[in-house]
Amino acid sequence: MTANVTIRIQEADFDIGREISALTQGRTDIGAVVSFSGICRGIEGSEAIAALTLEHYPEMAEAEIARHAETAMSRWPLTGVTVIHRVGRITPGENIVLVLTASQHRQAAFQAAEFLMDYLKANAPFWKREEKPTGTSWVDARHHDDDAAARWTKS
Amino acid sequence: MKVKYFAWVRERVGKAEEIVEPPASVRTVDDLIAWLAKRGESYAHAFETPKVIRAAIDHAHVKPDTMIAGAREIAFFPPMTGG
Repeated sequence: MTANVTIRIQEADFDIGREISALTQGRTDIGAVVSFSGICRGIEGSEAIAALTLEHYPEMAEAEIARHAETAMSRWPLTGVTVIHRVGRITPGENIVLVLTASQHRQAAFQAAEFLMDYLKANAPFWKREEKPTGTSWVDARHHDDDAAARWTKS
Repeated sequence: MKVKYFAWVRERVGKAEEIVEPPASVRTVDDLIAWLAKRGESYAHAFETPKVIRAAIDHAHVKPDTMIAGAREIAFFPPMTGG
């Protein structure tokens, strides 16, 4: 059976259950599905966040996510990958990003999901703007995310 | 070539994209940043810390010493905060 790769960048919210069904439907070779969803927090340190607005570089975001998905597919025995990244204005409690990985056994699904999130955080061209009581400002990238992505290249 | 700006780089420059024609002496991404910075105060402000500026040529990340010859689209932006 061929692998199922779904990549979407959209303003609308996504339904995790429906996406999992789409990934597993009609297949009998899937023993594990791992799901990660990134959610908009309502608090940053001690300050409340009113909303996040995500800007992106459309053509590059699709190309970059596709490259990461391809890398994951070649590194681990996966039957499928789904990555959905929202853009636009997102309020606390709402979904931001979804990564689904499916494989015969769980190790591949777990590792690939973590790999994809680490790479998305470091390399995917999206930028977050935070609305707080004190004003609106761009979120700073964290070195931690670059380090997390880098560790996947050592092994 | 087309240059695109994102996030606070775009805000400081004051535009999302433009067509530029740098001289032949502008050979690398770094050279281009230095050349753009001289175009005016808003550009100087956007590129005042070249170290934090990231670049992509034709939708792929590139290092500062990458040659720009042949590029159709170059984008400049801050470190990313997606995911």
